[in-house]
Amino acid sequence: MKPDVENPAGQLADTRGERVGPGRGWIGAWSLGNAEIVRPMSRVLLIEDDRAVRTGLELALTRQGHAVDTAGTGEQGLELLRITPPDVVVLDLMLPGMDGFEICRRIRSAGDLPIIMLTARNDDIDVVAGLEAGADDYVVKPVQPRVLEARIRAVLRRSAGGPAIVGPPPVERHGDLTIDRAALVVSKQGEPVSLAPTELRLLLELSATPGRVLSRQQLLALVWEHNYLGDSRLVDACVQRLRAKIEDDSAAPVFIQTVRGFGYRFGPL
Amino acid sequence: MNAAGRLLGGARSLRTRLLVAFVALGVSTAVLVAGVDYVQARNIILQKTQDTAVQTMTERIETLLPLAGLPPSQAELDEIADRLSDPDNAAVALYHDRHSTGGPDPDTLPWRLRVGVRDGRVVWQRVSTKGNPVLVIGTQVRLVQRDGATLPSGLEIYVVRGLHLEQQSIGRLATQAWLSGAVALVFAVLLALLAGRGVLGPVRELRRATNRLGEGDLTARARVRGTDELADVARTFNHTAETLEQYVGELRRMESEARRFVADVSHELRTPLAAMTAVTDVLDDEAQRLPGDAGQAARLVSEETHKLTRLVNDLIEISRFDAGTATLALDDVDVAEAIRATLRARGWSERVQTDLPLGVVARLDPRRLDVIIANLVSNALQHGAPPVAVRTLVRPDQLDVEVSDSGPGLAPDVLPHVFNRFYKADTARARSEGSGLGLAIAWENARLHGGSLTAANRPSAGAVFTLHLPRPDHEIGDTR
Repeated sequence: MKPDVENPAGQLADTRGERVGPGRGWIGAWSLGNAEIVRPMSRVLLIEDDRAVRTGLELALTRQGHAVDTAGTGEQGLELLRITPPDVVVLDLMLPGMDGFEICRRIRSAGDLPIIMLTARNDDIDVVAGLEAGADDYVVKPVQPRVLEARIRAVLRRSAGGPAIVGPPPVERHGDLTIDRAALVVSKQGEPVSLAPTELRLLLELSATPGRVLSRQQLLALVWEHNYLGDSRLVDACVQRLRAKIEDDSAAPVFIQTVRGFGYRFGPL
Repeated sequence: MNAAGRLLGGARSLRTRLLVAFVALGVSTAVLVAGVDYVQARNIILQKTQDTAVQTMTERIETLLPLAGLPPSQAELDEIADRLSDPDNAAVALYHDRHSTGGPDPDTLPWRLRVGVRDGRVVWQRVSTKGNPVLVIGTQVRLVQRDGATLPSGLEIYVVRGLHLEQQSIGRLATQAWLSGAVALVFAVLLALLAGRGVLGPVRELRRATNRLGEGDLTARARVRGTDELADVARTFNHTAETLEQYVGELRRMESEARRFVADVSHELRTPLAAMTAVTDVLDDEAQRLPGDAGQAARLVSEETHKLTRLVNDLIEISRFDAGTATLALDDVDVAEAIRATLRARGWSERVQTDLPLGVVARLDPRRLDVIIANLVSNALQHGAPPVAVRTLVRPDQLDVEVSDSGPGLAPDVLPHVFNRFYKADTARARSEGSGLGLAIAWENARLHGGSLTAANRPSAGAVFTLHLPRPDHEIGDTR
């Protein structure tokens, strides 16, 4: 027996799949990148300073069927963002000039565009700072194109509204919070609340079963479509952002409550 | 070795040995000095008493002379005895079988004394009658003839003198001797403690410094006081510690530089690898269409890029442990579900048997648990033989996850090294499919959780790797 080991992370079989129904299960989608799967073409803005990485990812994403715009600097990226608005931004955190965190904040303050961070260093501080700046998900370089592709498709599904919700009525009232599941509009005291796609999806999943606790791992699977052990900080960061938008007092949340030892729960009010 | 030596050698602590030595020295000196003094003083007192008593008696007897005539009458004997008696002295006069009345009983007088007196000498002896020491002096009155020669008259006179005053003086002397012995003992103990502090203080200081050094505090130094041998030892210790600190510092610096170098190199490799990885899918797709050698080359580049990526990722991972920048992103995780997810994500669910009790929630970093389990299972699948099994054992304060296989197990000489980096049990194989860091990374991850990872052979067959995770009392929340 030889004790040296194959790094399992490297041979991770890609099992991210298509979701059927609201969190009811998964079917494998083993043929990502296969031309037989028809999907809408999406526009990806790739902001990455290294020419080789930029070119490689552009090549890979284009082959996956995306329209790819590339920028070598943050400033250039923001410029492109205005000219040809993309569906999703893939953003390197380490950039010369304006860094990824700043770009992240600017995009987030301007709208709900999904952002996937590309981090060269698997630095926890980078990841946390990026998530706080409003990123929806992150991947660590070197990233396999199929992994990046799966993440892109997951965030796009979130912003596209996702599958139809069966069951609860389309418009729900929870205290002064109104959730319109059909129109994907959330309002607080009659005022619409601007939510990023991931934040909206998280709120929809939690409020679908008020009073029921969902673990971080369950939420990662439901919202981020990470159906293996994911980074629970994604959930925590998103909950923080969501609370800041819908709670009167983020320190004493009413809608999204933490259940120590288990996860999060919507209400009960 | 004599008894004292054994006692000194046998005593464990230096303090005890010093104490014993000082007390032995102090007491023996005191006993010797006081004892000699006592004996001398006692002899002088007794000698002087005897001389005085004998002289007094002979003088008094002379005042009785000349005798009225021989043999003396009973009244004369009584008178002689009476005139020689006083409160301190009791006298008896004997003439053959007659003796004066009222004085000491002649039968109680020592016979040796009486023999000496009969011979005409003045003799004395100290005797103890009924516990009271007395001095008995005996003499025989001699008759002087005209030619100057003397004849024994047969009249014997004994005086019994009490010695209780002298006894008291001697008793006082003895008490003083004991007292001085006791004082010497107290002094000896005090001196021993004082000397002990003087010697033991620096020794204790040295011990403290040595302990700290032993515990890894290389900045530990001993205080140097004075210029004696102990101060020399302290100086030598300090010098040694300083040199050690220097060398260790140098080694650490070199080691951290080497590690930083590995980390830097890994980071530098990551960017080109990111570009290469991005296009491996393109290569894989095109390889099928490329003719012969070109297709093979494309596949090779793609495969090796993945391996290189894996190696670099593992190197970066391990550098983060070395640099101490690895942190835990803790979450409350259903352990059974997490392990199943790990197996499912890698397509191992069918190949691995599981025994995972439901509902075991532990606070840990799910990504790191995934890495540990994946590395252990991957190792078992690659190097052990099926069936590979994963099971969890819940203990009150600990959670164990066992990954076992049914292969030949680990050789005893391999066992201590399985978690070493790049350790290969089989040197014949040039390069493995893995990075050679998998088990080392699993081990570091276990340690980061405050747990441990152990490898062993099962009594039956096969190797078993066990992850031990501490499990603090889990707070049960609201599960509605």
